[in-house]
Amino acid sequence: MTATKSDQHLAWYRRMLEIRLFEEKVQELFMEGLIQGTTHLCQGQEAVSVGAIAAMRADDVLTNTYRGHGQALARGMAPETAFAELMGRRTGGSGGVGGSMHLVDFSMGNIGSNAIVGAGLPIAVGAAMAFKFQGQDRVALTFFGDGATNIGTFHESLNMAAVWSAPVVFIIENNLYGEYTPLRATAPLDDLARRADPFGIPGIVVDGQDVDVVRDAVATAIARARSGAGPSLLEMKTYRYRGHSRSDPAKYRPEGELERWKRRDPINILGERLAADRILSPEAQEELAVDVQREIDAAAHRAAEAPFPELEETASYVYAE
Amino acid sequence: MSTPNNVEMTYRDAINAALVDEMAADDAVLLMGEDVASDGGVFKTNTGLLERFGPQRVINTPICENTFTGVALGMSLMGMRPVVEFMFADFLPTAADAIVNQLPKYRYMSGGNCSVPVTIRAVSGATGRFGTQHSATGESWFMGLPGLKVVTASTPGSAYSLLRGAIRENNPVIFHEHKGLFGRKGPVARGEVAEVGKAAVLREGDDLTIVATLLMVDRALEAANTLAAMGIEAEVIDLRWIRPLDIDTVRKSVGRTKRLLVVEEQVHSGGWGATIISRLAAEGTAYRAAPRAVSLPDHLLMPYSPQLEDQIVPSAAVCVDAARGLCGST
Repeated sequence: MTATKSDQHLAWYRRMLEIRLFEEKVQELFMEGLIQGTTHLCQGQEAVSVGAIAAMRADDVLTNTYRGHGQALARGMAPETAFAELMGRRTGGSGGVGGSMHLVDFSMGNIGSNAIVGAGLPIAVGAAMAFKFQGQDRVALTFFGDGATNIGTFHESLNMAAVWSAPVVFIIENNLYGEYTPLRATAPLDDLARRADPFGIPGIVVDGQDVDVVRDAVATAIARARSGAGPSLLEMKTYRYRGHSRSDPAKYRPEGELERWKRRDPINILGERLAADRILSPEAQEELAVDVQREIDAAAHRAAEAPFPELEETASYVYAE
Repeated sequence: MSTPNNVEMTYRDAINAALVDEMAADDAVLLMGEDVASDGGVFKTNTGLLERFGPQRVINTPICENTFTGVALGMSLMGMRPVVEFMFADFLPTAADAIVNQLPKYRYMSGGNCSVPVTIRAVSGATGRFGTQHSATGESWFMGLPGLKVVTASTPGSAYSLLRGAIRENNPVIFHEHKGLFGRKGPVARGEVAEVGKAAVLREGDDLTIVATLLMVDRALEAANTLAAMGIEAEVIDLRWIRPLDIDTVRKSVGRTKRLLVVEEQVHSGGWGATIISRLAAEGTAYRAAPRAVSLPDHLLMPYSPQLEDQIVPSAAVCVDAARGLCGST
């Protein structure tokens, strides 16, 4: 175990904790009425965001979906900025007009969080093609759910990316449910990675609960894209602990399924590794969780003190000069 | 920029010239769409572009409008200025998500932290015997979308300058070109870039105001000539921009003529003509006679049968009748 690797593990562990506790805090703030509308939380899927984004270069870009808090934080958005956006405050990443489904930050290459299923894929392919035309070796990643693999833009984007050898990595977060409906009721196969086969590109099933495995799989796909060899489709097998959105209690889940997945919790998997490697003891992990919780609480508190934007100041967001 | 130099060319060649001049001026401009690089494109608007600018800037796409429009959006975020050709405006609804939910909203949802310079060229309109699904102008379908701009070209000169203006816009623009006009010749001021949001008064007159777009501008001008022989002087406005709508130019003209006729190659409901009439009414505009619309009938669809297509698209004669009715000289 090199020092670098242990530093990475520590950073990833902390970031996964941050995402987990951020999402828990969002639920709390929702109950208090500070966050309204809807939210799509990602507890249980933290290793996908953190592992995949750890494989990106600073100048690479990503698009994602309304279940995108994890990627935004993993890419470096400050929790306070994210909370402020969810609370509709001027200090949010989009000045408060975007909300939970649109955590973006162009300065970090987080170029779009889409509330329309499947709409982020073409945008990532376009960004990737721009890099190719400009002679840059940058890569675009796009995160989307299992449900998105049934919509036309998924197949059309894989097709175009394959035909053009676009430097893009398609990442399915297969959490087994497309909204309220189990995958097997809407797709005729269990391994969505096989949906890469008609386009002649790699389609790889990945354990989405193990951040090391995720990171390595994405690094391989990114290296392939950067070298000019074209796109890959990665299927992250993962699970969301909560329902689809705010209004979904997830009663459709078979008994024991949630508990079974929690036994492969991504934070615990890395936590056990950190303990075994004597990098962070279970006691130190608990202390760290307390620290991160304190930071999350403080970030939410600061966010809630920020002003709401004025309606007229948002007019300049509609059209560019 | 060089001084505008008036040359006579077809509407088709004017579009080609605008593409050539913008692509030559800015390496970020590229053209993409179905068959755009194949033999000058289906309507030969792109002749010579592939040879001059190469396959990285003149790009054939698969048949997947919604996705390739989203791809164009992604390119624009990374510094390109894509021009996306829709072979027929009738295909715009297959990209409705990209046009309604993505292009106009993307900058907004980022809190103004990006811009989306994408131009959609939509080949529009009837008179080509293309039938029910290849003949729509579609000019008003997307007029109600903040974040988007919509423009129509009625002459070679405006096709050239408006397309250049559209490509230079840092916002998404749908540019409608009428396929019934491709062979039409007229003067083009090479080098001119049209101002966004400005209608053009093509003929002055004091008795009534006729507002039209695309092929209907032709019909309106022809009607105006016939009316002049009858002693009625019509002011003809080429509306050009449907979003933003140049209500100021229309209001100024109607304020003088106090009569308004809108001529549309679309049904009247839910279009720019109804919007102009509604807005002027809400402002309390004083008319000498209630405004009228010449448009496609609300109870029929576009037929293939050549005789029927000729009947359904508003003619100059129908415009003359409507104008005479407005002026009380039936």
